Amino acid sequence: MNTISGAQAVIKALEREGVDIVFGVPGGAILPAYDPLYDSPIRHVLARHEQGAGHMAEGYAWATGKVGVCIVTSGPAATNLVTPLANALMDSIPIVAITGQVATTSVGNDAFQEAYTTGITMNATKHNYFVTNPDDIPDVIHEAFHIAATGRPGPVLVDLPKDILNAHLKWHKPPKLDLPGYKPTVEGHPRRILEAIKLIESAHRPVIYAGGGIIKANASDHLRRFAEQTNAPVVTTLMGLGGFPGTHDLFLGMPGMHGTYAATTAIQKADLLIALGVRFDDRVTGNPDFFAPHASVIHVDVDPAEIGKVRQAEIPIVGDVGRVLEQMLEAWANRPAPDHKEWLDRVKSWRADNPVRFDQNPNGPLKPQFVIEELYRRTGGDAIVVSGVGQHQMWTALHWKFSRPREWINSGGLGTMGFGVPAAIGAKAGAPERTVYLIDGDGSFQMTHQELATASAEGFPIKIALINNGVHGMVRQWQTLFYGSRYSGSELGRDTVNFPMLAEAMGCIGMRVETPGEVGPAIEKSLSINDRPVLIEFVVDPDEMVFPMVPAGGSNDQIILGPEDLE
Amino acid sequence: MNQHTLSVLVENKAGVLARVSSLLARRGFNIHSLAVGPTADEGISRMTIVVDAPELEQVKKQLHKLINVVKITELDRATAVEREISLVRVSTDGQKRSDVLEVATLFDAVAVDVGVSTIMFLVTGSPDKVNDFVELVRPYGIADLVKSGRVALARDQKSRKLRAI
Repeated sequence: MNTISGAQAVIKALEREGVDIVFGVPGGAILPAYDPLYDSPIRHVLARHEQGAGHMAEGYAWATGKVGVCIVTSGPAATNLVTPLANALMDSIPIVAITGQVATTSVGNDAFQEAYTTGITMNATKHNYFVTNPDDIPDVIHEAFHIAATGRPGPVLVDLPKDILNAHLKWHKPPKLDLPGYKPTVEGHPRRILEAIKLIESAHRPVIYAGGGIIKANASDHLRRFAEQTNAPVVTTLMGLGGFPGTHDLFLGMPGMHGTYAATTAIQKADLLIALGVRFDDRVTGNPDFFAPHASVIHVDVDPAEIGKVRQAEIPIVGDVGRVLEQMLEAWANRPAPDHKEWLDRVKSWRADNPVRFDQNPNGPLKPQFVIEELYRRTGGDAIVVSGVGQHQMWTALHWKFSRPREWINSGGLGTMGFGVPAAIGAKAGAPERTVYLIDGDGSFQMTHQELATASAEGFPIKIALINNGVHGMVRQWQTLFYGSRYSGSELGRDTVNFPMLAEAMGCIGMRVETPGEVGPAIEKSLSINDRPVLIEFVVDPDEMVFPMVPAGGSNDQIILGPEDLE
Repeated sequence: MNQHTLSVLVENKAGVLARVSSLLARRGFNIHSLAVGPTADEGISRMTIVVDAPELEQVKKQLHKLINVVKITELDRATAVEREISLVRVSTDGQKRSDVLEVATLFDAVAVDVGVSTIMFLVTGSPDKVNDFVELVRPYGIADLVKSGRVALARDQKSRKLRAI
């Protein structure tokens, strides 16, 4: 009888799932799996830190729509992976994490590099497995990919003790799915679809509120057709940017805490909210008691638990948002587009009268928004844009006109600073032919910038616009607004780190820009370099704040549009 | 806070109890009691969970997200038989013994261990009945008490009208 080792089975199972790249860091307990990986066509990217490996898998999954894979050892490696797992759970990113574990004979004995990985990650994964029988490996890996990619996507972890990796099994095929409790609903209920259509027909002030579900379900074409046929203005959440063309006449921008005036206000005045793949996050709703007070809600989501969690829906529809939009378009059939002229005139006047603003004095300090708009112009918007978390992320969301899905990669729900550098590497690995531009802040960047070494060593020529204001800008903004400008613990120092030199030390090209006039040429230069990563440090005004803003827990009827609205 | 009884069928796999209890804790639902045991199908276990929650919709939906949860049924007195077992050691110092035994007789509680100054009773029945027994013997002094937690099973819906309870 032909047998293979558990380790060989893991690699073979990954190959069977179509995996062509994994991001990882080796170590004691996972070593058996690294040996067959050496002979496999699967490429291994050696991250500098396990958190990096996890975010790379996420960036890859965002950019490609495929399942990202990371592989690390036991103990501290697995605990380092907790942040990317929690991030993937919050933002519904399909990844599979393979972790080594101490031998089953040592489990529970506080062995070297032992951590209770499945226990620790139970609430940071969609599902996880602790494998105690080598025969289970092929099916478990198959199930892990199935669970990660279907329904509401998310992270799945497979924990593999070293003796299980070294044991032998008979490879069987094809793999089985034994998941009696897991049957995601894809089709929307036909009666609900008809009810929804009726409500849409009778609405006078509809707003389509679309989120990350549109991207995950590859439903952006459906969304555009649906919006045009129903003549309803569209707002997209931070996670949904790119799911609807940013230059479309019906697009109002992002709603919420740092949303555009038009998007936030349209929701407040709407009589119907068509919520597609969204979860009524607090950054969108502000105080939910005052959110969309006049609107009936049609809520479409693949996760039934999201419907009614924050806001009761008059018409709940559980299903894949792409499939449900297809059904709605079929049901809409030949109805003419409703005449919402009065409503559309209103929302468009809000948009025209309240653009996102900033002032760049040609001789004054460099403004971060100017850098981002210049980047948009110089790239023609043709790039995959990745960000970290903080002010730079909001400025990018507000000033970049995302027009296609999977071109905007950031950490929304968990707000994971440090997401940027490794996610950009993962995105470049998934889309090597595309320009991948990371817009990062100095605080966020310094949480994972060791992965620059991964980018240059592994040949991922990402580009980085480092918005250096020398502070934890979002924290500072809140301290300015709500804590009497007492900057407790938020100052990093703009000159502490020589970022171009840091980049050069890690095999990248480094540049520094301090005046508005240097911005364009530096970006042009970065776009001409494709054989190694490039970092441009933009030294910007630390006092610049993100506006519009609705203070946390406030009503979305009270939007601070700019510094002039503050007393 | 309202109590709700959930009958949850789960895959009989290691760690499922931890997943269920951890999820309830994470989402802020308080477990009043939880009883778990095998079903006739050896691959499936049944958990009877009594939770304190203002409403059950979120609890059910969140539990359903667990991959190992196969089926969830909400039960109540009208649609299900609910039972509980309790062992109660009651103090029977001095003249109290006959009084205690009289209460026990009314509740069909069985003396399962008789000591010099205590008697342990086994009482079984609906949760209300078990509670009532405990409250009635409390004045005599409860030395020790354990409850099984509620177990429940849905009634046969088709023949419900025929059944007198």
